[in-house]
Amino acid sequence: MVKRRRSKTKPSAPSRRPVLVARHRAAHRATEALDLNRCERFLQHEARLLDEGKFDDWLALFTPDGCYWVPSEPDQDNPHDTVSLIYDDRRLLETRVRRLASPRIYSQEPRSRTSRIVSNVSIEDGDNNACTVRSKLLMVEYRRGAQRLFAGTAFHRLVQADGLILIASKRVNLLNCDAPLDGIVVPF
Amino acid sequence: MSNIDAELDRLIAPGRVQRRIYTDPAIFELEMERIFGAAWIYIGHESQIKRPGDYFATRMGRKPVVLVRDQEGAVRVIHNQCAHRGALVVATDQGNAAEFTCCYHGWTYHLDGRIKAVPLNHGYPQDFDPKNPKMAMLPVPRVKSYRGFVFASEANDGPSLEEWLGHMTTSLDDMIDRAPDGEIEVAGGVFKHAYDGNWKVYFENLCDAAHPLFTHRSSIDAAQQQSDEVHSDGAGEIAIRQMRQNGAPYSFWESQVGIWTYPNGHSYLGDYHDDAKLVAALKDPVFREYIAALERTKGKAEAKRVLEVRRWNSNLYPNVSLMSQFQQLRVVHPIAVNRTVVHAYSFRLKGAPGQMFRNTISFANIVNGTGSLVLTDDLEIYNRLDMGMSSEGSEWLQIGRGYQSDVGDAHGGRRGKNSTSEVYIRNMLDAWLGLMTKGHAAPVRAAS
Repeated sequence: MVKRRRSKTKPSAPSRRPVLVARHRAAHRATEALDLNRCERFLQHEARLLDEGKFDDWLALFTPDGCYWVPSEPDQDNPHDTVSLIYDDRRLLETRVRRLASPRIYSQEPRSRTSRIVSNVSIEDGDNNACTVRSKLLMVEYRRGAQRLFAGTAFHRLVQADGLILIASKRVNLLNCDAPLDGIVVPF
Repeated sequence: MSNIDAELDRLIAPGRVQRRIYTDPAIFELEMERIFGAAWIYIGHESQIKRPGDYFATRMGRKPVVLVRDQEGAVRVIHNQCAHRGALVVATDQGNAAEFTCCYHGWTYHLDGRIKAVPLNHGYPQDFDPKNPKMAMLPVPRVKSYRGFVFASEANDGPSLEEWLGHMTTSLDDMIDRAPDGEIEVAGGVFKHAYDGNWKVYFENLCDAAHPLFTHRSSIDAAQQQSDEVHSDGAGEIAIRQMRQNGAPYSFWESQVGIWTYPNGHSYLGDYHDDAKLVAALKDPVFREYIAALERTKGKAEAKRVLEVRRWNSNLYPNVSLMSQFQQLRVVHPIAVNRTVVHAYSFRLKGAPGQMFRNTISFANIVNGTGSLVLTDDLEIYNRLDMGMSSEGSEWLQIGRGYQSDVGDAHGGRRGKNSTSEVYIRNMLDAWLGLMTKGHAAPVRAAS
């Protein structure tokens, strides 16, 4: 399932349906800038996909060389010289999302339910076709009688191609990234 | 306590253990006193306190302690408690200090824990003496470093550290021997993963060769189905290769791995990785460079010997486990009978190629990461063990796999003829019973 979706979502080689969507959007948005309003709507769309457990669709938001990073230390410089709560290049991100769909993912039996609020969105730098967006994230996770609250700051590197917005990289700085933490399975 | 004392040796029988030892708060309290308050407990590594004044605040069992290098360069472990009103003195995880000062009334301590200054020192009773060694940030009675790995014991006497570790010092040696320059250092941060369950179940999973194929099925499947054509910067590739290795068939886990146990509860599982990018192989350019560096400094014969040591988890009872081949070290911190936190560290091999440490980090993320696709299913198991054991189901739990086929081994050891033998659990429980009932871990052999 994930494999098929992967090929659909590659902007370079989209299959039929996404091509039509992309062309449609391209006709209207080819010159539309990546402004605050569009970025904010995109982040809310992403949060909704995650809350609804549509992880394949979430994966489709990333570029073919996109990455997803949750550092283990405040102000962590890079994901290569220090461990990370999560550091997924595109290949590992696909594996993570495929596992989330597995009926034998025991750490999601029962499934988590999440509720996210994305707020305080600002554009840090960029131009009409690529920008870094900073936002505040609150995520409540409920599973098996217990509720956890995560707070953090997200940095999305967004790029625009053929009128579609994609995530080139996503970094989530958790407020308690260096605390003892129970297992993290649902992406932020 | 006396009631429990009478019952302790009835909690373990050949190949069986009562679930109560994992759930009874009174037994947990006794463990803190008789195991974590007596045995050699791993504290930290000397590379975390390189210079005089460097300190590292941690816990010994549940007790806050400070690992510190004093002005003379000696390694100390002192209780993190002010002698005045009892406040925690060192409140940051690590740093460098000329002295320790309590934030409450400003009592000040030398780095070895002796009192340096008492403000408003007047009107105390006659026997009040800041030079009294019992009034201090008290040192833990015995502190010993084995080649940089610092252990401490609250017992004034008992076996030396080397006697306690026995043959398992070879796993600590293996951590160091793999460094071309003969030196290692803690680097790359720390994971602190937590679960609602007893500390013993963590240790009892680390050499369990029977669980990966089942418990980790979701990540094995997902990794096996992953296309290698998709972009990776190298990090994901390491993780996916590791997950695929967990998918080895039962026949492999049973016959190809090996499980060894030694007196005092220690054990190691043979390594099961044969992937050329995970274990030093000439096919990989980074490892080619590494092997060449190893041969340059140690000679070909010694390099060959080092690379032929193949161990997965080495468990040094009761609180530290190493993956010497992969530069990982995990410290188990019991918090409560049903709550445990594990700190996982990575080591840098001095003289090895820089990329090798980056691969170590990628490996740490998948085997020890709080958000790992693998470890999260282990944490789920620990939670479920605690939930299941809270039921009124079977009083006796089964730890008998391999009981009839285990064989004796050198260095007082015992190994599984079949690698999925639970001999290492029985061996830990023998040590447990010895410490809990006799004050030492000499073989009681109730479980085995």
